[in-house]
Amino acid sequence: MIRDINRKKVTKNAWRLTSSRNKTCLRIRVPGGHLDARHLDLMKHIAQQFGNGTVHLTTRQGFEIPGIDFNAMAQINELISEYIKETEQKIGVQIPTPREGYPSAGTRNISACIGNRVCPFANYDTTSMALEIEKTVYPNDFHVKLALTGCPNDCIKAHMQDIGIIGQALPELESQACIGCEACVKNCRKKVTNALTVVDHKVERDNRRCIGCGECVLVCPTQAWSRNPVKYFRLVIMGRTGKKNPRLAAPFAEWLTQDEVIAILKNLYPYIDRHIDRSLVKEHVGYIADRTGYKELRNWLLKGIKLNPRARIAKTMQWSGYEYGYDTDRWDCSQTIAESTGE
Amino acid sequence: MNRLLKNKECNSLLGGLSADYRFFAPVRRAGRGRLSDTDLITYDQISSVEEIVWDEKTLRSAKEIMFPITETLMRFDQKTISQPSVVDNRGIVIFCRSCDIHAVSRLDKIFLDNGTSPDPYYERLREKIHFVLMECADPFKSCFCVSMKTNIPEKFIAAVREVDGGLKVLSQRRTLVDKLSTIGSECEFELHYPKQNGTEVFPPQTLDMPSELYDHEMWDEYSGRCIACGRCNTSCPTCSCFSVHDVMYDKDSGQAGERRRVWAGCHIDGFTDMAGGMEFRKSSGARMRFKTFHKIYDYRKRFGENMCVGCGRCDDICPEYISFSNCINKVSEQPGTQGESL
Repeated sequence: MIRDINRKKVTKNAWRLTSSRNKTCLRIRVPGGHLDARHLDLMKHIAQQFGNGTVHLTTRQGFEIPGIDFNAMAQINELISEYIKETEQKIGVQIPTPREGYPSAGTRNISACIGNRVCPFANYDTTSMALEIEKTVYPNDFHVKLALTGCPNDCIKAHMQDIGIIGQALPELESQACIGCEACVKNCRKKVTNALTVVDHKVERDNRRCIGCGECVLVCPTQAWSRNPVKYFRLVIMGRTGKKNPRLAAPFAEWLTQDEVIAILKNLYPYIDRHIDRSLVKEHVGYIADRTGYKELRNWLLKGIKLNPRARIAKTMQWSGYEYGYDTDRWDCSQTIAESTGE
Repeated sequence: MNRLLKNKECNSLLGGLSADYRFFAPVRRAGRGRLSDTDLITYDQISSVEEIVWDEKTLRSAKEIMFPITETLMRFDQKTISQPSVVDNRGIVIFCRSCDIHAVSRLDKIFLDNGTSPDPYYERLREKIHFVLMECADPFKSCFCVSMKTNIPEKFIAAVREVDGGLKVLSQRRTLVDKLSTIGSECEFELHYPKQNGTEVFPPQTLDMPSELYDHEMWDEYSGRCIACGRCNTSCPTCSCFSVHDVMYDKDSGQAGERRRVWAGCHIDGFTDMAGGMEFRKSSGARMRFKTFHKIYDYRKRFGENMCVGCGRCDDICPEYISFSNCINKVSEQPGTQGESL
C-alpha cells in the first residue's frame, strides 16, 4: 500500500497511473520497434515476478507491464538499467543515470514499420533511422509522437503522428535498358498515381505526380529503373486522434534528406517550448500549431536549415479532420430523444 | 602458360591494352539493386580487376554487350537511309563464366546461322569479342550447368582464378603468352570445373515431343502463377527475341527518324499481338510451354544441343518463385520424353 507518491515524477519516470490505485504499470521503449529477442526474457521476468504475469504490446510498439506495486519501482528501475544501456545509451541517447530508469516519457517511443530489413517495398532501413531519431529527440519530455514508415503504403500509420516520416525513392531510368514493356506504367496506373507513360516505346515520368514509392524499380524486368542511392523522405505533420479534433497528418515536406529530417525534428522542441500552454498537464503539439498557425510552425521547423535543391515545402496547410461537439446537424436525434424522455 | 599476377600488374596489363581493347566483367553498382540498400550486379566496362565481382551472379547476362537492349538499326529522312556505325572500334574482352560463354554460342546460332544471312548488327559486335574465363569451381546454388553440359568451358583466350591480391592467369594464346611472360611470376594453376550442382536437371531426350504435352494440364498451373513480368526472358543469356520500333525525331513533320530494335520476350504481354487483335499465346501457361519447349526441345531439334545453359538466372529472379529447372524436370517425367537421344 502506497499513500504518498510524486505523481509527476513517477509518470516522467515512465511509470503510469492505472485503474488500480495501488498498482502501476511500467513502460518500456523499443526504439524502431525492433528488438534483440534476448531482451524478451527481461519482460517475462518482470511480468512474472512483479506484475500480474501479462505483458501488453502497445500501439507504439513498446511494452507495458501492468500490475506492479509502486513500492517495486526503484528495484525494477535497477533491473532495467542494463536494458536501457543496451537500447538507449549504446545508440547515443544521453541518459546519465540508467539505474534510475527512464528519464522521461513525454516523447513517445519512436515507432517504425519493419522496413527494408524484411519488406521489399521499404525504401530504407526504418529501424536504423528510428535509432538516429531516438538519440536526437529523447529524453525530451514534451509530448510528441513520431513514426517512420518505409514507403507510402504507410503501414505504421505515419499519418496519425505529430510528425510521420515516409521513405521516398528517387527512381532513375537507364533509358537504353528500357524495353517499353509497360510493366511499370501499368503498375503505377493501377496502384499509385499514374505518373508514368510510354512515349516512343520508352517510359517517361511526370515528376509532379511521382511520389517516390519505388514500385517502378520493383517491377522493371531489366532494372532499367533503379533508385538514386540518396534516400529521401516525405514528412506529414500534426495528425492525431483524441477527444477534440481527430485528423490525418498532412504533407509538410518532401524529398528531404535524412540530415534535413533530423534537423527539423530537432527544431520542433524549441517551438513547443516557446508556445506550449503550460496550464495543461500536457499539450499536444498539434493544438499548439492550431494556435500559432502553420506559418509560425513552418518558420520554427525550418530554422537554420539549408534545404537540398530537390526539397519541397508546403506553402499552406489545410488539415482534414473533424470536430466533436455541438454539431447537431450531423446527427438524426429523433430516436434518442424519444428514448431518453421515455415516450 | 600459368602466371600469378598481382592486381597492380593485372591493371597495368589492362591499361596497356586499353588502346585496342575494352574490358567487361561482372561489377557492382552500389545501391542500384531492385530492393533498397541492395546492389545491382551486372556486366559493365572495367578498368581494374578489383572491380570484378566474383561471389555473386549477375542479374543480366553478358548478352547485352553483343546484343544491346536498345540498338539503332538505321536512321532515315525523306531522302537517305544510313546505318549507324559502331562508335567504339576496339576489341571487347569479356570476363565471364563457362555457362555465359556457352550462352553466346547459342546466340551465335540464332543470329549468324539461323537465317539466310548473318545478322549484320550482331556480327559486327560479335567479331570483336574475346572471352576470359572466370574459373567457377564452386557454382552458385541455383546453377545447373552440369546437367546442361555447359560446365566445361570452350573458346576462351585466357582463364583466371581470383587469389588474394591478384589473379592466376592461364593462357595458350601466343600473343598473350608473350605479354604474360614478362610480368608476374610462374605458378601452379590447374583449371577446375563444376562437377556437381545444387540443382540437378534431366532435360528431355526425345526427337519428337509427344503431342499430348502441348495441351498438358501442367501448363495450367503456370497460368495461375506467372504474372507475365518477363524477368525470366530479360535475365536469360540465350533469349534473343526483339521488337522493331520506328521512332520519329519530329512527330509533327514526320520527316526523319530512326528504326530501333529492343529486347522482347515471350512472357511479356503484346509479344504475339497481330494486326487485327489476334494473340497467339494469351495465357501465361501457354507462354511457359513455348519458352520451355524452345529452350530444351525446338532449338535442340534444329541445332543439336539445348538452348538453356543452366545458369539459373530465371530461377533466381522470378518474383513468383516459379522454377524453370523444376519445370524441365516436370516435362521429363512425362511419358514419351525420354526417346532416342540426338
